Amino acid sequence: MNLTLKIWRQPDAVSPGAMHTYQLADVSPDMSFLEMLDVLNEQLNDQGEDPIAFDSDCREGICGMCGLMINGDAHGPEVTTTCQLHMRSFTDGETITIEPWRSDAFPVVKDLVVDRGAFDRIIQAGGYVSVNTGSAPEAHSVPVPKDDADRAFNVATCIGCGACVAACPNGSASLFMGAKVTHLGLLPQGQPERDERVVNMVAQHDHEGFGGCTNIGACTAACPKEIPLDVISQLNRDLRTAIKHGH
Amino acid sequence: MKGARASRTTIALKLGMAVSGFIFLGFVLAHMYGNLKAFAGHDAFNEYAHHLRELGEPMLPHEGALWILRLGLILSLVVHVACAFVLWRRAARARTTKYVVKKNTGTTRASLMMRWGGVTILVFLIWHLLNFTIGKVNPQGGATNDPYDLMVDTFDVWWMTLIYIVAMLALGAHLHHGIWSAAQTLGWTGTAAKRQRAKVFGFVIALIVSIGFSLVPLAVLAGIITK
Repeated sequence: MNLTLKIWRQPDAVSPGAMHTYQLADVSPDMSFLEMLDVLNEQLNDQGEDPIAFDSDCREGICGMCGLMINGDAHGPEVTTTCQLHMRSFTDGETITIEPWRSDAFPVVKDLVVDRGAFDRIIQAGGYVSVNTGSAPEAHSVPVPKDDADRAFNVATCIGCGACVAACPNGSASLFMGAKVTHLGLLPQGQPERDERVVNMVAQHDHEGFGGCTNIGACTAACPKEIPLDVISQLNRDLRTAIKHGH
Repeated sequence: MKGARASRTTIALKLGMAVSGFIFLGFVLAHMYGNLKAFAGHDAFNEYAHHLRELGEPMLPHEGALWILRLGLILSLVVHVACAFVLWRRAARARTTKYVVKKNTGTTRASLMMRWGGVTILVFLIWHLLNFTIGKVNPQGGATNDPYDLMVDTFDVWWMTLIYIVAMLALGAHLHHGIWSAAQTLGWTGTAAKRQRAKVFGFVIALIVSIGFSLVPLAVLAGIITK
């Protein structure tokens, strides 16, 4: 495959960036998207140019490190992470536009790399359960209904990649917060801190500069883990309950 | 965050929009019902309009109940517009660098039109109040103290009917997304089945409202409703 790549280049966080065009020949359809970028970087290295910076870690679709805006879709045209996207999803001669996640809460570090520390701070604000130290309690002493356990597990698959924010026309992180609030709120261990959790996480979310949700649904379409919109309903419900409890 | 208040969050603003939006929904349904009285003729329509002013008498003064309802609507309008403005500004600041290429996969046109559609409805609302409530402007120069005649004279002018039809399309699109979105904001759509039901409900109500309101102007223009 021969491709024309239009890629955002930005030397550092403060310098202005621009789209640059590259030609790449002999791309195998069996390559992953990131392997294609690796090949491009080898070509750039040979030419003495600065290689393109992009994030990746496990390349198995489970860590949430990679994430690129590909032709206007977060993680590209398939429902998966960028690392699990393959070049067979594109056609020979295609022009592919590659941009970093665009969110003022995720500032660009270099080229396609963004700082997603805002997600870590939202988790620190409430995305946890407090457990006393000592020997582990007997697991069977706290029964969890099967449906709740399954649902909690399904939404706990969120890898915090940020595709929901990248896709959202409002730049909102509601799907991410909803996944965490639903996951912990369904389990007995999550109950004591349930009200504080939602209030503190949403307050941190707003403080980081993410936008408000208008239930458009672009987030769930972009989510590589297919987190459903239900979690945003749960997030809203938990916040409403917290208001009722005087938070 | 230390000292975070639930009532100061973006979700609280959305709750304000959802509740005021549902108040508007109740209003437009009642308003549509009143408009359809036009099909029952001059006297039925005017009697309904007159009765609105006598509602609650003698317990309440003349137009007392009407003004209570109006104040509720004005308050809802202030809440709805103020929250929308704050959320709009937040969203604009959340992404100051735009994408070169952006597809809105998985979205509906109605959901992306909420803000400008809302502005369209607000501009129409001002026009509509000047036309029928505050100004009572008869484009044909006829009587303005007779609600039925004013209505027929207005919609006999083709471009007036056109303005109203366009506004009702905007209202329909706004309700199509707004109703389900409000249900989601209030936390009523916690499963896929409930979400689907809310979306269907929103679509059906949007159809009923936009068609129900458009029937009267179109019937006047077609000569079915006459003076």
